[in-house]
Amino acid sequence: MSDYNFAYLDEQTKRMIRRAILKALAVPGYQVPFASREMPMPYGWGTGGVQVSAACLVPEDRLKVIDQGADDTTNAVSIRRFFEKTAGVATTGRTSEATLIQTRHRIPEEPLTRDQILVYQVPIPEPLRFLEPRETETRKMHALEEYGLVHVKLYEDIARHGQIATSYAYPVKVEGRYVMDPSPIPKFDNPKLESEAIQLFGAGREQRIHALPPHCKVVSLDFEDHPFEASKADHDCDLCGSGTSYLDEVIVDDAGGRMFVCSDTDYCETRRGAGHRGRLAATGQEDAA
Amino acid sequence: MDQAVMTGGFSDPSIQSAWGFRAAMNAMARPGDILAVQGAQAPAPVSVAAAVLMLVLCDPETPVWLAPSHDSDALRRWIAFHTGAPVVAARGEAAFALGTWDSLVPLRDYRIGTPEYPDRSATLIVEMDELRAEGAVLTGPGIKQAAGLNLPDAAAFRANRGLYPLGLDFFLTCGDRLAALPRSTHVTTPAEVS
Repeated sequence: MSDYNFAYLDEQTKRMIRRAILKALAVPGYQVPFASREMPMPYGWGTGGVQVSAACLVPEDRLKVIDQGADDTTNAVSIRRFFEKTAGVATTGRTSEATLIQTRHRIPEEPLTRDQILVYQVPIPEPLRFLEPRETETRKMHALEEYGLVHVKLYEDIARHGQIATSYAYPVKVEGRYVMDPSPIPKFDNPKLESEAIQLFGAGREQRIHALPPHCKVVSLDFEDHPFEASKADHDCDLCGSGTSYLDEVIVDDAGGRMFVCSDTDYCETRRGAGHRGRLAATGQEDAA
Repeated sequence: MDQAVMTGGFSDPSIQSAWGFRAAMNAMARPGDILAVQGAQAPAPVSVAAAVLMLVLCDPETPVWLAPSHDSDALRRWIAFHTGAPVVAARGEAAFALGTWDSLVPLRDYRIGTPEYPDRSATLIVEMDELRAEGAVLTGPGIKQAAGLNLPDAAAFRANRGLYPLGLDFFLTCGDRLAALPRSTHVTTPAEVS
């Protein structure tokens, strides 16, 4: 602990990131450039999220880190350990106990409260990037509120597939002004972007921070005749039986057998702890007995 | 250099900055919320809350403009010693400005950002005689339904909102308490609501 400044980053770097976060909160959905630092992990492993978390953490925080909803994958475990070591903060797997949650590609199922902060790891923050590769142009498009291309993209989905096939990183319009990429969360999570919690998005390689204050108006783009739909796999969780949570499909044998389980591991465990059982949870029940 | 210049900083900069920022962020994310901070003391008449904000946010990269109400040799030296921020002569050069409302105006001279970079705008720290959650009615991002705050001049903040997404962002400070008003907030007076 004494080997590092609190939360790893030096104070001047944290001030720079903190100023960017405040401007990001003042202009919801706008991507604020910041001087992203090299972190002791490769780009693509959440360097942006880690820098935003480091700038926000206080010693009293209880940190939760999830990767695609799971607390126990490599990325989540290593980032949790990183802050245990460099900030000395407590950690938890429980959504309800956490004060700061760093996430890769999911929003927890359990509604967040006003005492929580959600920090997203963002790979490509620019919603127009795959439509227009030049930063000079996308910046101008945001300035002029020129978002026709995004609708063309969604329309092409309909022309080709009969429906909007974009299922993750689904573009949203924030407070009627900026089109924002909510990081590659499944579109199932889009309605949860209107939250009680502060949401901060950090893209380390792309050097951008954007944010959503609580109760911010976030509208998923759609058409009148093809309204937005927060879709998920049409199953119940095979472990906890939940019919409303976002599911992962898991191949379980060589014969095409498969099961659907909650992507949010804490949500699933909490439900099983409360006695809920899914289709394939019989063995789990015996273990518990 | 006299002793007063060198005192009044954080005793544990890393931790106290983190606490101070958390309060500033919560204020900016929830316009109208009033939060208490502690740990810094700048030469009079700077409030504790304004001193904390300076220590948390200012450094050699952020030009500071001091309004006549606050400009003094002692404060300039305190800022130089604790933050290293350059004190500039014109409103238009400032990233941060500090003072009472009457000496901070007119607002038109501050940087409001550019259409491509609306973040390149000034943040004003407005020292207030009192801070109460009543008066002007605030709505917009960060506010569930409506919040109240005793703003010095509702019309000026409404004009600032008219520039959105450009515009200025404000911290309002009084004693050890602070609130914030980002450019995204809609400001109305109670008479207009009823």
